[in-house]
Amino acid sequence: MKLTLKIWRQKNTNSHGKFENYQITADTHMSFLEMLDVLNQDLIEQGKDPVAFEHDCREGICGACGVVIDGRPHGVLKGTTTCQLHMRFFKDGDTITIEPWRASAFPVIKDLVVDRSAFDRIIQAGGYVSVNTGQAQDGNAIPIERDTAAKAFDAAACIGCGACVAACPNASAMLFVSAKVSHLFHLPQGKVEDESRVMSMVTQMDKEGFGNCSNVYACEAECPKEISVENIALMNRRFIKSSLTSNK
Amino acid sequence: MNWFIAFLKSSLGKKLIMSLTGLFLMIFLVVHLSGNFQLLLQDEGKNFNLYTKFMTTNPVIKAVSYLLYIFIFLHTIQGMVLWRQNRAARKNRYAVPVTKTSSFASRNMAYLGMIIFIFLVIHLWQFWFQMKIGGIGMITYDSHEPVNNLYEVVAYAFGQWWYVLFYVICMIFLGYHLMHGFQSAFQSLGINHKKYSPLIKGIGMIYSVVVPLGFAAIPIIVYLLR
Ligand code: HEM
Ligand code: SF4
Ligand code: FES
Repeated sequence: MKLTLKIWRQKNTNSHGKFENYQITADTHMSFLEMLDVLNQDLIEQGKDPVAFEHDCREGICGACGVVIDGRPHGVLKGTTTCQLHMRFFKDGDTITIEPWRASAFPVIKDLVVDRSAFDRIIQAGGYVSVNTGQAQDGNAIPIERDTAAKAFDAAACIGCGACVAACPNASAMLFVSAKVSHLFHLPQGKVEDESRVMSMVTQMDKEGFGNCSNVYACEAECPKEISVENIALMNRRFIKSSLTSNK
Repeated sequence: MNWFIAFLKSSLGKKLIMSLTGLFLMIFLVVHLSGNFQLLLQDEGKNFNLYTKFMTTNPVIKAVSYLLYIFIFLHTIQGMVLWRQNRAARKNRYAVPVTKTSSFASRNMAYLGMIIFIFLVIHLWQFWFQMKIGGIGMITYDSHEPVNNLYEVVAYAFGQWWYVLFYVICMIFLGYHLMHGFQSAFQSLGINHKKYSPLIKGIGMIYSVVVPLGFAAIPIIVYLLR
């Protein structure tokens, strides 16, 4: 299949980027990232600068590979990451526009790679639990009701890719932060820091310059792990309650 | 007190204010609409004018109306602050906008709100402010003290086709604002539950169609019957 790629090229954070067009012959069996590998091989052979894009696991679990493909974070396919998207979802002759996540809190490092360390700082602010050191505990020592465990697990599926921020018209990080808050809230291990966690994480989120949530729900629709906006509601009520009633 | 200010200034605190003021405004709209239906009574405005007198002089209602002005102000200011922050959070726009998975209303709440605000200013200036500065004629019913003949002013405005059109178009924008706003207000409060959310969404849908439709129907009927 013959494709035209319209790719965002930007030297570094401070330079102005622009789109460049590339012609490429791809195969329907390739993954989207393999298609970009082929392009980069061509560019290298021509002595040109290859397109920088982030990737690691290439199996949908690390969250590194997010780009916006024709106005869809991680591409058209629901519940999948860019690395899991295959070229069979495109047609011969298509022009594909590839852009980085666009958010003031995620500055572009180069081309399609953005700096998502704002997420790390939010996690550092409260996304941890207190544990007993010493002897390792027995795996199933603490009984947890099945539905509660399922809720925690669904929220824990978040891979921190940032597609929610990319999808949101306000570049809000609420889905990510709420997934982390909700994941730890549902488990007994998370109860220790319950009140302070939600307050510190929301405070850090605000500091990083993400937008506010307008309940648009594009995040949920574009999230490769299909994290539910019910987590956002949970975070809203935990935050209101903790702010009004905790000693902090 | 500092903790409380910090709470209200946080992103979620701001949304809490939007939600509570929005919910209050939605209750107000129902009261306002039920009053407006008296414009259709074909009694030369007697009921409407006496109702207006009651609404502007009853001390309880006066107190609530001050709350209403404060809430409109808060909702508008806070909405504009959120809008500015949200735009700043994405300085570089997408070449292909990410719009396929969200509703028109949800993405345009601020613009819809601004249109409603312009409508409100014109609306208040025309009816409420004119009454405050005594720019409206008086009328006497059954040898009681004279009351403002607001009906005359409203009926005159509703007799102008372009005014009716303007009014109806603004109600369509209000409908979109409410269509997203109703359920959104509950989500902001943290109410999203599989037992209640379908009901909230259903009532929100009905409310956001019926209320603006009711408002819009009145000038159309007055215009046609004039
Ligand atoms: C009678 C008139 C109005 C009613 C009943 C109303 C109702 C609502 C409701 C219920 C919400 C949802 C709150 C939430 O998401 O928690 C909302 C949001 C909003 N309203 Fe209004 N509103 C009205 C007028 C206005 C006006 C005059 C403006 C000013 C420009 C405005 C601007 C906004 C904005 C910007 C939002 C979205 C906030 C966000 O989610 O980021 N509204 N409105
Ligand atoms: S909530 Fe979804 S879209 Fe957002 S960071 Fe987590 S996995 Fe990615
Ligand atoms: S490369 Fe790891 S999720 Fe795509």
